[in-house]
Order: sequence, then structure tokens, then C-alpha cells
Amino acid sequence: MNRTLLRHKGWTWGFRSTVLLYFLLLIVLPIAGVYVNSFSEGWAAFVQNISDPIAWKAVLLTLKLALIATVINVLIGTMSAWVLVRYDFAGKSLLNSIVDLPFALPTAVGGLMILVLLGPNSWMGKLADTLGFQFVFHQPAIIIAMVFVTFPFVIRAIQPLLEEMDHSAEEASYTLGASKRDTFFRVILPSMSPGIISGAMLAFSRALAEFGAVVLVAGNIPGRTLTASVYIFGEVESDNEAGAAAISVILLTLSFLILWLINAVQTRRTR
Amino acid sequence: MRKYWIPLTWIVFSILILIPLAVLATGAFDKGTSGFIAALSRPEARHALMMTGLIVLVVTILNGLFGIMMGIYLVRGTWLSRRVRQLFNSIVDLPYAVSPVIGGLMIVLLLGPDTVIGTFFEQIGFKVVYAFPGMVIATLFVTFPLMVREVMPVLQELGNDQEEAASTLGAYSWTTFWKVTWPSIRWAVIYGTILTVARSLGEFGAVLVVSGNIINKTQTATTLVYQDMENFNVTAANGVALVLAIFSVGLLLLMERAKKRKGVH
Amino acid sequence: MHLEVRNLDKHFGQFHAVQDVSFNVQKGHLIGLLGPSGGGKTSILRMLAGLESPDSGDIIFHGQKVNQLPPQEREIGFVFQNYALFKHMTVFDNIAFGLTVKKMKKPAIKERVQELVELTGLAGFEHRYPHQLSGGQRQRVAFARALAPEPQLLLLDEPFAAIDAKIRQELRTWLRELIERVGITSIFVTHDQDEAIEVADEIMIINGGRLEQKGTPWDIYKQPSTPFVASFIGESTIVDEVSLLKGFDHEQSHPGIHALIRPEYIEVGHASEFPFLSATEKGTVKHLHFRGSQWLVEVQVGQHSLITYRSLEKETLEIGQSVHVMVHRAYLFNDQESWIAENRLKQDTLSMFI
Repeated sequence: MNRTLLRHKGWTWGFRSTVLLYFLLLIVLPIAGVYVNSFSEGWAAFVQNISDPIAWKAVLLTLKLALIATVINVLIGTMSAWVLVRYDFAGKSLLNSIVDLPFALPTAVGGLMILVLLGPNSWMGKLADTLGFQFVFHQPAIIIAMVFVTFPFVIRAIQPLLEEMDHSAEEASYTLGASKRDTFFRVILPSMSPGIISGAMLAFSRALAEFGAVVLVAGNIPGRTLTASVYIFGEVESDNEAGAAAISVILLTLSFLILWLINAVQTRRTR
Repeated sequence: MRKYWIPLTWIVFSILILIPLAVLATGAFDKGTSGFIAALSRPEARHALMMTGLIVLVVTILNGLFGIMMGIYLVRGTWLSRRVRQLFNSIVDLPYAVSPVIGGLMIVLLLGPDTVIGTFFEQIGFKVVYAFPGMVIATLFVTFPLMVREVMPVLQELGNDQEEAASTLGAYSWTTFWKVTWPSIRWAVIYGTILTVARSLGEFGAVLVVSGNIINKTQTATTLVYQDMENFNVTAANGVALVLAIFSVGLLLLMERAKKRKGVH
Repeated sequence: MHLEVRNLDKHFGQFHAVQDVSFNVQKGHLIGLLGPSGGGKTSILRMLAGLESPDSGDIIFHGQKVNQLPPQEREIGFVFQNYALFKHMTVFDNIAFGLTVKKMKKPAIKERVQELVELTGLAGFEHRYPHQLSGGQRQRVAFARALAPEPQLLLLDEPFAAIDAKIRQELRTWLRELIERVGITSIFVTHDQDEAIEVADEIMIINGGRLEQKGTPWDIYKQPSTPFVASFIGESTIVDEVSLLKGFDHEQSHPGIHALIRPEYIEVGHASEFPFLSATEKGTVKHLHFRGSQWLVEVQVGQHSLITYRSLEKETLEIGQSVHVMVHRAYLFNDQESWIAENRLKQDTLSMFI
């Protein structure tokens, strides 16, 4: 009875339509909505919304901080991936498991951890204070939050490449007279670079979009510590939805571009 | 070289992950165990944790089912043309690129009280934005790609030889699915489920925008942490955050176990 | 380069991979290391290259001990089994690699690479990437890359293993000619005896980490010095009850003796085809397989089933037919010793006629 029911054409058709409708309503409609909404009051209103200096300064600042965070992640991520794949040492499997913790941890909790660790009442915060600078509510904390949240991307993108890398390519390089240094820069690094690039782009786009960890540690000073996502939140809170939508469109378009680039890099690699 | 690299890696991991976790844990207990218990037994804390639990439950079920089906259709759905599948395939990833705040804003723009759809729902006595349904929708949006992206590669790698073999042996599609396809994607589905749970547990930006963060009504665990911090109630924030962190670590351990088994065997 | 290896020994954990191996290689010779998989051939090759270090024993190039020398300084070329080409580099850059790391001048590199590209027949492929090449072409690139820095010794690990059977034949001849032309001392590892016999000046049979025999292919075939070598090279049937073989029954005085008989040592036919009928035994044709240029005959003699070939020129046999079988020669061995014995009855009759 159950089988004949499920084999019935009408059921199949209804089932498929439901899934596709769910997908379109959930994903496509809201994204389209934001674009439509930001242009709903015309091109001029859109331009006016994004030419608000606070708005574009927020976008520029976010780009700058996300870039710094990405560079840091490329450096420490490449090193960590290398150490986790190539060396055996006590605690290796522990480190390998907690790489993903920033993914699993709520971003607000991540932000809170940074705030508690580096905040004005912590000993680190006090130490920094006596040295004449501050983490929290200033740019360093935002960068740290971004680095924390995007930490796994570069490592996880490089690790499989390093693991499946042909060991004999390295040996071939040695037999051809190349030193360890030469071999690293000429043979190993180039095979890691697709992972570094796609990991870095993922990290960058995630850092651009990050809100939870950043909102807790950012200081909301326009042009200095107000990031785009925090700015958007502020606009929503103050009921300026059109302004929020305009900035969202810029940030979204940027992110989609990066996403498209990542896909392009990955298809080139698999080809 | 390894003499320097290994300690350096330890230092990076310690500064970025281990020490902050430890500080969070000690912070939750800086007024003793009673402080921790007090933070959690506040009515708003209990309500927030319950809201988070409900969202996780609803979102995981919905996106789990629809995610698996979407993954299968994108790989096997020959009734859709190749181009359409490719287009849908790239759309699936979009929520990854969308800042959670923007995700929340989208829901507000679409279903908020000032919109046509929002007014319609309001009239039939159904509040979407600043209420539970909106929070669920926002979380659904953010977590949709997770399951699809876990199921798809396994199905692709598996190929449809086995399914074709099953059909030549007389099995109909439903039987084929349960006896052949499902056992192969089972671990990918488990992994995708854990990811969805983790992400919906921790969702903050989208929910904050959509919920309005109303105490005892639409507040979730993460937005409560935010509000506690805004109110400089650090111990309480640490307490709730620690509960969330413990869940996350537990999910991470599950992820580690599932990861080893999710490939094609 | 003259190469000498003395008492080489290597363990991998509990596994004794190479056991007390010693040999000499003349300058300009092409040596094949032949043996079953896991026998230690590749380990020997890798120790020569400096990619593994021996537990004990010496490796001597030109009278100089090189044990402590890293691979970079040994002046060797190594062709890996899977070629290990640098995937992100073009054919040109792959071949030029060894020269660039030596900081050679650009024009000189270009000239040398060009020379090798022509030598290996890769002209026109310089700007392709490894994944755009066929298996045979990749092999040539690997070969050219190894030769580019003008090494003193060329080491090749299963150079033809990953190539289609059809092209393999072609490449073997090509490689042999090329090595002759370049005049470089070379050692290659293989588990394929045809390959070793065809390409190498000298073969070293390696089994269980030991060097079983070293010699020209013909010497090894003719005069195997251990039962392993005898059974590994060529086709053969082992006969446990030597006393039942006519012409070899006197050998049974040796305890625990076995005989190894190659198909070409056996003649099968009608009574009229044998001048010395007394040296033959009676058998029954069990199976006949057509092998293109000849018949493969499986013949039952007593309790033994022997394999031999029969020319197409001769009268065709039939299954079940009773025939005469003569064993001309056998390789006899027991636990202590091994030797080659001729059919005594055949010799006796011969001497009678003389």
C-alpha cells in the first residue's frame, strides 16, 4: 500500500516541487528581496545611502581589517597545517581536533572569550594599557576576532593537499640537487598554493561578513572601529532599513564575487 | 626547523583557542559555583536556552530533510536540466557569503510588519518577525547549505552504478534508496546534522536582527550572552557562554568521530 | 662511474629489508635489479641515491665513501616509479629544475634543456604540463630531468611499470639505446624478467633482501646458482621424485633432491622422432594449447605433469595420444647444493655411437 502510494506520479511530482519551492523561497527570495529593496526608492536614493561617509568608511574599514586578518591567517594557518601534517609530536591529535572549534563555537561566545581575555579588566588588557595601547573596542580586537573565527579555513584547505602530495616529488627535487629550502619554495609551496588561495578567500569573505564576534569587541567609532556588519545592525536598530539594505547590497556583491572566484579557482584545480 | 615550528604552533593554538576557553571557564566561576548556578537559573536564561533548543530542533529537522533531498536532486535529478542544476548548485552556497546580519535583515525586509506579506500574516494573527517563526526562518537560511554540501560529494563519488545495479535486480526507487543509497550517505548525513545543530545553536547575527531580542519572549542563548555583556553582567554572560561552549565541544568531538566514517567505503 | 657496495644492511623496524649485499658495477654498465616485489630492490636503489641511509655497510663511488653524503651531493639522477614530475611546472621547467637550483646561467640552461628535449623526442612539448602528457611522454620527461644535471649514475625505479604493455616494448629499446649513447652507468629496478633480460648488460637477482646472483642474462639463464634463481628465471616445472625420471635416477642418492625442468629441456614426440629411444619415457598428452608460433604441450609422465613446446612443423599431436618424452637436462637441487645434470642415458648412447 505504502509502496504503490509512493510510486504514484502525483506524489513524486508534489514531493519534488515542495523541495524546490522550499529552496527558492528560503534562499533566492530573500536575497532578491534585499537587492530589490535597496533600489526600491530609485537609484538616487541608493547612491545617497551608500555615499554616507559613515557607511562607506565602515565598508572600507571592514575590507582593511579583513585583509589583515586574512594575511595573518595565511601565515599561521600555513604553518599550523604544515606542522599538523608533517610532524609527529605530543598533543598533535588534540590540536588537530580543536582546529574546527571556531566553527563549532557560537561566534558570540568567541567574541566574549576575546573580551574576557583582553578586556580592560583582564591582566592582558591592563598590561596593554600600561604599555599605552588597547585591544578591546579598538582595531586589534576586531582583527583578533576575525582571525579567531576564520582560523580553520586556511588550515583545512591546505591539509588535504599536503597529505596527498606525492612524497617522491620532494625526493626528486633532492636528487636533482635542490636544498631543503629550495625544495620548499619551488616544489612544496606551489603545490600548497591552491589551498592557500582558496582558504584565504574563504577566510576573507567570512571575515567581511563576521558579526557576532566583532560586535562584542568593536567600539562603534565611525571610520575607526565600526565595521560594515555592525553598521548594518545599527541601521536596522534605528529603523533605517533602506540604508541598511544599501550597504548590504555592497557587502553581498563583494562576497558573491569572492565566492565566484573561489569556485573558479577550484574548478581550475580539479581540471 | 621542527624545533621552532612545533612550539610556535602550540603557542598559536594556545593564544587563539586554549587560553580563551580556559579564561571563559574560570570567568563563569569567578563568583563560585553559586554564581554559575545563579546565572543559569535566572528565568530569562532558562527561557533563552529553551528557545535555542527549540530553534535547533525545528531547523535541524527541516533543513536535514530538505537538505538531503536537495542534495540528491542536484546530483541525481535528471528530470532537471543540467544547466538548471548547475545554477541551483551555485545558489546553494550563497548563504555562506551572506553576513548573518544581512540574512536577518532580508527576513525583516521581506516579512516585517511594514511589508505586504507581513501585514497579511499579522491580520490572520500570525506574527513572523520579532517572533519565533522569523527566528526559525533566519536560522534556516543561514544553515541551509550545510547538509546539501555534505551529501553531494558522497553521492557524486558513489556514482549511480550501485543504484542501477539495484534497479536491474528488481528494486524500485524507494527500496533502492533505503537499501543502497542511504547506507552510503548515512555518515555524511550524520555529519551534516551535527554541523547544522552546531550552526543553529550558535546563530547570533541573523537571530538578533529578526528577534528584536525581547527578554523572555524572543531571546536565545547567544543573544542573551550579548545582552548580559551590554549590561556588564560578565559572570552571567560567561555562565551562559560556557554552557554553549560545552555543547560546541561535544559536537566537535562527535564531528571528529563522524568525519572518519563519512567517505565512500 | 665505478660503483662499489660492501655489506649493505638495512632494517625497517622489525623487517630486514636488505641483508649483507655486496657488488661492483663497471663504469658505463647498465644493471638490472630483478626480483619479486618486496625483495629489497627499491631499498638498495634508494640507499644508493641517499634517500635512505644504510644500517651498516659502505657505498663507494669512484673509490670515495659516500654514506654520509646527502642526495643533493651524490651526482645521481633518479627516475621515480610514478615519475614524480612537478605538476605545477611545464616540461621545460621540470627538465631545467636541476640546473636552476645550481644557479646556472639562463642561456646555458636553455641550451641544455633543448639538447635533452631533442634527445628524448619531446620537441614541441616544452610548454605542456605533466597532466597534458601521455604516460610514455611523462616517462621521457622524468628521464630528461634526471639526465639534465649530467649525473654520474642513473638510478631508475621500475621505469616502465606505469606504462601500457604496447608502448613499454618501444620505450625499453629506446631507453637502452639512449643510455648507451649517453654512456652513463645505470641501475634499474624491475620485477619483469623479460625487461631485465632485454635491457640490462648484467642482472642482479634480489630476493628476501639478499643478492642471489649477479651475471649477464645468458649466464644466469644457463647457470643459475640458486634454486630461487632457477625457478624465477624462465618457465619451469619442479619434479619432486627424481628417481622416476629416466636418465636421472642415479641422482637419487642425494638426500631430499628435487629437479627443476625447463620446457626447452624437454622433447616430446613419436617414437620415430628420437634417435635414442632408451632415454625417453612414455607419456600421455593431457592438453594442447596453440601459442601462435608453436604448441604448448602438457604431457603426463607417471605422476608428473610436464610442460614443453612443440614446433608447428612437426606432426600435430592429439589429446590422449601416447607419446615419448625425453628430458635432456635438469637443474637438480637439495637443501645444500645445486647443479645441472644431463640425461645420462642419452650421453651413454651417444658415447656408444662414437
